[in-house]
Amino acid sequence: MTDDTRLSALRQKFGRPPAAPDEPATKAATATEAATEAATARTRQPRFEGLVSGHRACQGCGEALAARLVMEASGPDVMVANATGCLEVFTTPWPQSAWRVPWIHSLFENAPAVASGMEAAMKAKGRNTKVLAFGGDGGTYDIGFQALSGMLERYHNILYICYDNEAYMNTGVQRSSSTPHAAATTTSPAGKDRMGKRHLKKDLLSIIAAHHIPYAASASVAFPQDLQRKVRYAMGIEGPTFIVVHSPCPLGWKHASALTIEVARRAVECGLFPLVELERGSLSNIMPIRHLRPVTDYLQLQGRFSHLFDKDDPRAERERDHLQALADYNIAAFGLAGEGGDDAADTGGHAAVGRGGPIAGRV
Amino acid sequence: MREAIEGSLAIARAVAMCRPDVVAAYPITPQTHIVENLSRLVAEGQMHTEFVSVESEFSAASVVLGAAATGARAYTATASQGVLLMAEVLFNIAGLRIPLVMTVANRAVSAPLSIWNDHGDSMAVRDSGWIQIHCADNQEAVDTTIQAFRIAQETELPVMVCMDGFVLTHTMEIIDMPSQADVDGWLPPFEFDRRLDPANPKSFGMLVTPEYFAEIRHAHHAAMARALPVIEAADRDWAALTGRATGGLLAVEGDPEADVAIIAMGSTVGTLRAGMAADAGRAGPARLLNLRAFRPFPAEALRAALAGVKHLIVIDRAISPGLGGIVGAEVAAALYDMPDRPRLHNHALGLGGRDIPETIYADLLAAIKDLDAPGFSVFDADLAKLAPEDR
Repeated sequence: MTDDTRLSALRQKFGRPPAAPDEPATKAATATEAATEAATARTRQPRFEGLVSGHRACQGCGEALAARLVMEASGPDVMVANATGCLEVFTTPWPQSAWRVPWIHSLFENAPAVASGMEAAMKAKGRNTKVLAFGGDGGTYDIGFQALSGMLERYHNILYICYDNEAYMNTGVQRSSSTPHAAATTTSPAGKDRMGKRHLKKDLLSIIAAHHIPYAASASVAFPQDLQRKVRYAMGIEGPTFIVVHSPCPLGWKHASALTIEVARRAVECGLFPLVELERGSLSNIMPIRHLRPVTDYLQLQGRFSHLFDKDDPRAERERDHLQALADYNIAAFGLAGEGGDDAADTGGHAAVGRGGPIAGRV
Repeated sequence: MREAIEGSLAIARAVAMCRPDVVAAYPITPQTHIVENLSRLVAEGQMHTEFVSVESEFSAASVVLGAAATGARAYTATASQGVLLMAEVLFNIAGLRIPLVMTVANRAVSAPLSIWNDHGDSMAVRDSGWIQIHCADNQEAVDTTIQAFRIAQETELPVMVCMDGFVLTHTMEIIDMPSQADVDGWLPPFEFDRRLDPANPKSFGMLVTPEYFAEIRHAHHAAMARALPVIEAADRDWAALTGRATGGLLAVEGDPEADVAIIAMGSTVGTLRAGMAADAGRAGPARLLNLRAFRPFPAEALRAALAGVKHLIVIDRAISPGLGGIVGAEVAAALYDMPDRPRLHNHALGLGGRDIPETIYADLLAAIKDLDAPGFSVFDADLAKLAPEDR
C-alpha cells in the first residue's frame, strides 16, 4: 500500500488525517464549516487509537489503560521509544503489534537515549513529529535513571511517561526504588524479621523537577481527564516534559482485577500519591482532595500490605502509622486538603469530567 | 589533497565529509581527539549535524541507534571501557540490523588500568554481529571510514572501524584527503526502508518466541556472509575513484612466493611492513597478510592467500585467558579443512601498549625454527618480571 492510500484509508476510518509530517496543509475551513465540524467532533468524540485492543495485558492492567489514554491524547503524529517491561512485552509478541504509531523497543535502560536519537534525527530532517518515551518504574526510577537525567539536561523535545506500578512486575514483582515503604514484593517479602520494603519510595518527581524542565507532573489512571489534560499540555511544550502515571498492577499489588480504578483513586485520596504539576521546578498546580481518606482505606484493598493488618503483630500498627505520617506530610507539603475553590486547574471533581483540553490561561 | 595531519583529525574530517545527520559521542582516551575535532567542526559551522553530547557511552550508542532507526545517517566513536559499557547496546543495534558507523580507537581493557593500545576492547564484542574492519595506517582509516558508511547502508548492518589507539589516532601522517565533491558523488544519501515513519508506522524490537529466534539469528549470520562481497566492492569502487585501495577483506603484501607468512591486524601490519623493508632480506622473505575484516571473517580469501605456505605466524593483539590467541584460534578453524595447511605459530604482541619494534619481523621469523615452541605465547612478555609462581 502506498503512503497516500494508507493515509486516506486511515482518514476514512478515524475521521481525521493522521498528519504525516510531509503532508501538505489542508485548506482553511470557513467559520460555518469549522463550527459544524467542532459540533460533530464533540458528539462523535473521535479518538485516536495509538494502542489497540488484542494485546496480552492482564485483566485490570493499569498500565495498559494508562498507555491507551496517553496515546489518545497525544497521537497520531508521534513516535514511541519503549523501555523493556510489561508494556513492551504484552503489546508486541512478534509478528503481532498493538501499536499504530512508529514504535521501537531497544533495551531496559536506554529508552530516554533512544528517544533522544529519534528526536535529533527528526530535528536534522526538519520535521516535528513528537517523540514519546515510555518506561515503567524500574526503567525510570532505577536502571534508566541516568539516561533520563541526560535527556532532560540536553533539553530534547520529548514527552517521557513513566507508568508507575511500584515494582518490577514484568519479572515477577521484585521491589524497585518506587515500591512504597512496607509493601511486600518477592524481593522485599514480609516475615519474622521484615515488614516488607524497608526503604521509602523515591521522590522521583522532585528530582525530575530539579532539572528545571518546562513541565513535570504526576497523574493517575483513576482520573483520566486529568491525565489526558496533562498529556495534551505537555504535547504543546517544545522541550522535555515528564509525567508519572500511577498504574495499579492487580497481580503485583494483589487486588481484584475489577478494583484497579478504585485502588488508584484511593491512593490519591489518602495522600500517598499526590497529583501535582511543576513548571520550571516550581509547584504550579495540585489536585485537591475533597474527601480525605485514611491510608488504611487504600492499604486494605491490597495483598501487598496484608501484613500491616495482622492483629497479633505489634509492628503492623507502627507501620500503618508510618505510612499515614508519609501521607500527612504530602497533604501538608502540597496543600492537598480542601475544595480547591474556583481553580481552573482543578480537574479532580465531577465537574471536571469531560472538560479536557488545556486549562484556561496557560496556553 | 596530501597533507600531514593527525589521525584523529583526519577521521573527524572524513566523517564530516560523509555528512552524518546525527553524531553522539562521549569522550574517552584515546578517542578524545576525534570527538573534540568533530565538536570543533560543528562549532565552526563546517559540519551540519545534530551533535548530541551524551552523559555516557551507553547513551551514545543508544542515541545513534534511535537516530539511525529514524532514518538518519549516524556516527559515534569510542574505545576500551566505552566499548564495554556500550556492549549491551552494540548487540542490540546489530540484532535490530540498524546501519550506522562507529570508530573504535582500540585500547586495552581494565584491570589493570591501561590507556594504551591493544585489541581487547573490540575483541570483547566480536560476537555482537557488527562488521569489524581493522586499519593498518591512517590513510586506510580515512578511506575505510568513508567506505564504512556505504557498506553499512548497503548491508543494513552496523560497521565498526577499528584503528589502534595512540599508534594511529595520535600520529601525524601524510594523508591524501579526498575532496568533499568526491565523497558526495561516491556516497549515496542515507536511505533506510525500515525507518520509523509516522506515515507508515512499524514496530521495531519486538519480543520473539523460540518459534522464530533461531531463524532471525540465522538471517543475521547469512547477512554477514553477504557483506563479504559488499566490502570488496566498496573498496574496488573507492579505488576506481581515488586510485587507492584499502585492501578490502584481506590484503597480501611482501613476497607472494614466500613459504612463510605473517598475518596481523591494525597498525602491527604497518610495523611489519617497515620491519620487512629494513630487514632487507636478511631474515628471509615472507608474505604479509593484512587481515582487515575480522567480522565477517574472510575464511575463503584467507585460504586462497595461504596456498603454498608452510609456516604461518598469527599475531594477536589481545588474549583470551585460558585459550590464548583469538585471531590464532579463528585462523586455525578456517584452515582446518585446507589440504597441506601450514604450521601455525600464534603470538600475542603489544598488549596494553607494549611497543612493537621493527626488529620484531626478524625475531618472529627466527622463532619458527624453534620446533619445541608452544602453540601460543605472549611473545614480548618478560617472564623474569613475574614471581616464579606466576610464570
